[in-house]
Amino acid sequence: MTHTYEWPYANEAGMEETITSDVLVLGGGLSGCFAAIAAARRGQSVVLVEKGATERSGSAGTGFDHWESACTNPCSGVTPEEIANAYVREQDWYSNGIAHYIECREGYDRLLDLESFGGKIRDTEGEFAGAEFRDEETKLMFAYDYKNKFTLRVWGSTFKPALVKEMKRLGVRIMDRTEATALLVSPCGGREEGAGTQEEGPARLRGAGAMGMDVHTGKFYIFRSKATVLCMSRPARVWLFNPDTVGLCEFRPMQSIGSGHAMGWRAGMEFTMMEKSVRAEFSAAGRSFPPYGAGNNHNTWYAATMVDARGVEIPYVDRDGRELSSVSERYYPARGQKFFLKGGVIDNPKYEYRGPETLDFETLMERGYQLPFYADLSRMPEMERKVIWGMMVGEEAKTKIPIYQNYTERGFDPKKHMLQSYGTGWQSANFLEQERQFFGAPGGVMHDWDLKTNIDGIYAAGDQLYASDCAGFACATGYYAGRKAAGCAASQAELPPYQGEDAVAEKKRLLAPLFVKEEEGISWKELNMAISKAMQNYCGGVRCEALLLEGLDLLRQFETEWAPKLTASNPHDLMRIHEVLDILTVSQIVLHASLARKSSSEPLFFKRSDYPQMDPEQDRMHIVIRQENGQVKERRIPLDFFGSLQEEYEKRNQDYMKEVGMRG
Amino acid sequence: MDKTERIAYQVTEVPCSTRPLLYDDGLCIGCNRCASVCQCDILLPSPEKGKHPVVMYPGECYYCGACVMVCPKPGAIRLVHPLMNQAKFVPVKG
Repeated sequence: MTHTYEWPYANEAGMEETITSDVLVLGGGLSGCFAAIAAARRGQSVVLVEKGATERSGSAGTGFDHWESACTNPCSGVTPEEIANAYVREQDWYSNGIAHYIECREGYDRLLDLESFGGKIRDTEGEFAGAEFRDEETKLMFAYDYKNKFTLRVWGSTFKPALVKEMKRLGVRIMDRTEATALLVSPCGGREEGAGTQEEGPARLRGAGAMGMDVHTGKFYIFRSKATVLCMSRPARVWLFNPDTVGLCEFRPMQSIGSGHAMGWRAGMEFTMMEKSVRAEFSAAGRSFPPYGAGNNHNTWYAATMVDARGVEIPYVDRDGRELSSVSERYYPARGQKFFLKGGVIDNPKYEYRGPETLDFETLMERGYQLPFYADLSRMPEMERKVIWGMMVGEEAKTKIPIYQNYTERGFDPKKHMLQSYGTGWQSANFLEQERQFFGAPGGVMHDWDLKTNIDGIYAAGDQLYASDCAGFACATGYYAGRKAAGCAASQAELPPYQGEDAVAEKKRLLAPLFVKEEEGISWKELNMAISKAMQNYCGGVRCEALLLEGLDLLRQFETEWAPKLTASNPHDLMRIHEVLDILTVSQIVLHASLARKSSSEPLFFKRSDYPQMDPEQDRMHIVIRQENGQVKERRIPLDFFGSLQEEYEKRNQDYMKEVGMRG
Repeated sequence: MDKTERIAYQVTEVPCSTRPLLYDDGLCIGCNRCASVCQCDILLPSPEKGKHPVVMYPGECYYCGACVMVCPKPGAIRLVHPLMNQAKFVPVKG
């Protein structure tokens, strides 16, 4: 039986407030928190807007277990240049060289920050003393490549509360339960230079802040700022939707929608690689099992011992196919290889960067191995078992309670039990070709070396950027964007003006569903369901011009005929409605980006039946799109536009380099 | 916006096929820390003071466990995976 309740929070629909700051941060995940801290450290007043509760919000809200590309840690055997360039080459240049370099260069500084805020980054209690992956002097612990030691095992469940405490100490105003819904942007005359392109650059725009609403009370906010940092999530629920268990549709949190992409697009921001999507790999458990909760040997579980149904061990091989005889060898480069890459975006690495891996599925079948497979930690040395089950599974997001505690309560003992693996791969699920997902370095905001977007005064970080991946990436780019935004804000005496009519229109748009009678309206779930079905039909595994245009036409119908029928009876429903409207906008960006690329591409997992040629030289480019007065404009930017990573970075970051040098 | 102010908010439980969170009335002190930390905002404070929050939108749970992590009374709130997601484990072989 269902009950109707009185709304427990105040009713502030119709009320509005203007809040000003030097720097405005939208999104309170890892990148948002670090952007706020960087700006506040530089003496700027900072407001951070978060739709959930910052204490545990974002993809790493409840934790994360390994920090990639910490190339400047004292034990590292690699340079930032080596690893950033390896990522660029591994991803065929459809990679974010700038952001990866920032991660490689500054990521470890952020870890030291986290430690100073109260987060745990080393084995201070000596729980793993003597383990092969632990450095006895620094007590740092490493994952994947034990020789080169550039991925750290960390206690990420301690991080978000520590960041919130530090932001409060610095005087950052944190506005939880507040959904940012639109950017305040004004034209400021002239056009940007179309760097390296024949097309004309975008019209010059100036950011002046953002708008949004309290998702408990319905109050409308105008946030005015001198600089803004977009730190919101990558898009989700574009192809995958289940109206019953919505929270399980995607891998990342249910709150992660891609609203930053949607509001950026509406404001005229440039995007790249939005045509990239992969056949879905992981839902939070809809078709998959709970993340890290089924037997596997990837990521958090690397390099677990795997066995088949008979209990016969599945061999690990190096990149040359040489079978490895010990557990220890799984963590070292092959003969003649300097280092190997593993983690966030490395699914099928190139030979140059390939690390030890179990034999592929086909070979296993040929050799008579039998399904199902299991992860059997009982066969591993004690420290390796303990670090996978208890630390990695425990610190990675959504594992402390959902996996470690729950499975332990169900009786799972890694010394006595083996955990089943489903299907043939680490995902423990098989999706259809048209069930797609933004996974493995997807598209996002185009930016320059300051992580500035094409809109003056608006910066971006973390999953907001194109080709983003992990937590270290989020923290490092967040801090970097925050300090560049602080510099921008400090150079201005006044808050930039905004157009009052934009605020009036946005307030009306946000509250409109409250006026639609329930019996005459449709729910946000119905619209999301329709969008995901449309995207599967018109923008699935194979695309062509006519199909994509039909898709755009259908989405336009949703926008004009169905969106006005959305009905809400409280601010929670309003929040969900505006999320789905953002999903509708993101879907349109994907269709436009797919139309703009008139060829197929392997690195982008992009197939056009009308342009089947794979990666012709003239299209090995960023095809950057934006919206201007209702028209979609595109320009092409070379994939290597970022230049020499070290040189370009050092040109622009002498101040930071001095600061870090002084800290010792 | 006068018109808006006359619209009273209402909220009705939206049931789904699963029950992600179970409370123990004997242990819960009704502090609402779980409701305030939930990033999906699926919990609403109970109209009765001292009682556990109402799981208003169970289908929107994404099973992160933040509510259990923050709970000051161990056992007062439990996270339960949907039955279809209870991964299987067996005794080791060999």
